[in-house]
Amino acid sequence: MQTNSNGIHTIEKKAKEDRYQHHDYYNIDELLDDDHLLARDAVRTWVKQSVSPIIEEYSEKAQCPTHLFKELAEIGAFGPSLPVEYGGGGMDEIAYGVIMQELERGDSGIRSMASVQGSLVMYPIFRFGSEEQRRKYLPKLGSGEFIGCFGLTEPDHGSNPSGMVTNIKDDGDAYILNGSKMWITNSPVADIAVVWAKDEAGKIRGVIVEKDMKGFHAPEIHGKWSLRASITGELVFEDVRVPKANILPEVVGLKGPLSCLSKARYGIAWGAIGAALDCYDSALRYSLEREQFGKPIGQFQLTQKKLAEMITEITKAQLLAWRLGSLANKGKATPAQISMAKRNNVNMALEIAREARQIHGGMGITNEYPVMRHMMNLETVLTYEGTHDIHLLITGMDVTGLNAFK
Amino acid sequence: MKILVCVSKAPDTTTKIAFNADGTALNKDGVQYIMNPYDEWYALVRALELKEAAGGSVTIINVGPKENDTVIRKGLAIGADNAVRINSNGGSAMYIAKQIAEYAKGESFDVVITGKETIDENRSEVGAMLAEFLDMPFISYASKMDVAGNTATIDRDIEGGTETVEVDTPFVLSAAKGLAEQRIPNMRGIMMAKRKPLNVVEAVAFDDLVVPVHYELPPAKSAVKLVDPENMDELVRLLHEEAKAL
Ligand SMILES: Cc1cc2nc3c(=O)[nH]c(=O)nc-3n(C[C@H](O)[C@H](O)[C@H](O)COP(=O)(O)OP(=O)(O)OC[C@H]3O[C@@H](n4cnc5c(N)ncnc54)[C@H](O)[C@@H]3O)c2cc1C
Repeated sequence: MQTNSNGIHTIEKKAKEDRYQHHDYYNIDELLDDDHLLARDAVRTWVKQSVSPIIEEYSEKAQCPTHLFKELAEIGAFGPSLPVEYGGGGMDEIAYGVIMQELERGDSGIRSMASVQGSLVMYPIFRFGSEEQRRKYLPKLGSGEFIGCFGLTEPDHGSNPSGMVTNIKDDGDAYILNGSKMWITNSPVADIAVVWAKDEAGKIRGVIVEKDMKGFHAPEIHGKWSLRASITGELVFEDVRVPKANILPEVVGLKGPLSCLSKARYGIAWGAIGAALDCYDSALRYSLEREQFGKPIGQFQLTQKKLAEMITEITKAQLLAWRLGSLANKGKATPAQISMAKRNNVNMALEIAREARQIHGGMGITNEYPVMRHMMNLETVLTYEGTHDIHLLITGMDVTGLNAFK
Repeated sequence: MKILVCVSKAPDTTTKIAFNADGTALNKDGVQYIMNPYDEWYALVRALELKEAAGGSVTIINVGPKENDTVIRKGLAIGADNAVRINSNGGSAMYIAKQIAEYAKGESFDVVITGKETIDENRSEVGAMLAEFLDMPFISYASKMDVAGNTATIDRDIEGGTETVEVDTPFVLSAAKGLAEQRIPNMRGIMMAKRKPLNVVEAVAFDDLVVPVHYELPPAKSAVKLVDPENMDELVRLLHEEAKAL
């Protein structure tokens, strides 16, 4: 705080230094390889240099720092676990996890830019695309020359994507695409969209739509109080002629989009830990620096309870993510296991953000500290890629064998 | 140009420093290590820039135990072509300089670069001793270096200004801030580093002449005292009696 010439206290605007420190209560680093540690260190350094100094301003103005797409590509954050020959990084799933964690330590919106590009655009083209599609799109997506987006959710079909109405009709050498998608990360700035639509037989297919195709628009959605540094939009298709060469040949049915979501949700299970760590880090430091009643607030039992519970929950989430990563490396992580980790870790992060906000007192609601921004972001993360409750029902179905969705 | 960059490992700058019970060594429990920033940001990056401009190779060398391989891998990920680790538990600056010299003397490097100091004990000794062992000229605190043919033009930081010197290869140089800009390794570099050669060489016998006997932390800073601007007598009294500045 400063006092101006009228004797009124003003909030001092100073260049904020990212003072984040490493927290590893259970020596989980010992479970990681050199690659993982190096990847984490590299992304953390990049976040401190390129994200932390600008993120509050972009978030406040609800602008997407689009210049970071190229930087994310350069550091290798797009599809790190895809093969090098297709523009990926050739790393394992744990490396992908720690990269997402460090990005989200900076901001969930920046992590979303990378999750969508890697897991929801590059991955389906790699996994379900033709060799020609892979060669055409993946290197450009990996290098950030192309931005991609993923269209599954519709205005009337969110948690229930199988009810989608967006559709394709056979028209000789092309399909005619009609319908609309809602809440699509990156859509207004995307060069291509991987869109899920029903064919005439009612089967879900994936098509690659390019931005210049006639009848295709991607208006921005305004007024978000969450994920403000990530751009979100609609996808509107009015008789768009999509060449048949653009259909993803290797998958039919909901398992196409769901397998992409599994990849992205896996990354979110790690990412959320990053947001939680940043809130904990800030709260811990603040509790040692801020004094009330003649002592640091960290000396009060109620503050200690908050901090102790935060690091306990973070440690549990880290172990969950690490184990999930080990399973994923063997190709053994089930979608239900991924649901459990996504749900637990995002909720953990959101609760920590709320507690950390309280520890910061009034300062906690300002952009002097990252906590409120993380808290608002995490409201999206709790909902997208399968809502908190939907993941609970997936676990419920898995353990009972009974389907609560029908 | 064939360049050798000497890289060391140092506790992360946020480490809370503590010593073992008898005060003879750092307590390493829970300490996070990083590559010494002068080596990483300036020495290594300038070496890579010279190689990229004129061809050649960049080798990094570290004297230390196996745990140091993580730091070495980072150097390879940033772009060094190959690495050497002299297997040892380390020692004084002279011990380290001796080990590096033993390796370097058979390799005919054109330029050998160290950081101006390692941020743990700030001794700034290895470079000079290494130059002596190798019988090469030594230029310390270099903040700029250009090389044309066999001649390097180097700016040195001196108190309040800059000194520019010229030197022919081979020489030893210690790198200061300004020599280059930090490069962050990317994921591809990290994966490529796995396939680059890391050659482990056993240390030669060498009796250390200097042994640390005792470390001590600086006294804890006491709280700031605020004096009312109306009460100058109190300020004078404090400066006189407590700070003993008057
Ligand atoms: C910022 C942002 C970015 C996004 N990015 C993308 C993107 O890139 N691509 C994309 O395709 N989508 C994206 N989404 C969409 C997101 O995945 C959906 O919002 C999410 O799946 C929920 O759908 P909905 O909003 O329609 O909510 P609804 O499905 O209408 O859910 C409303 C509430 O009802 C509950 N509910 C629904 N069904 C059940 C049930 N059977 N039992 C119990 N409770 C139920 C939900 O849990 C929720 O609490 C994004 C969303 C946001 C906010």
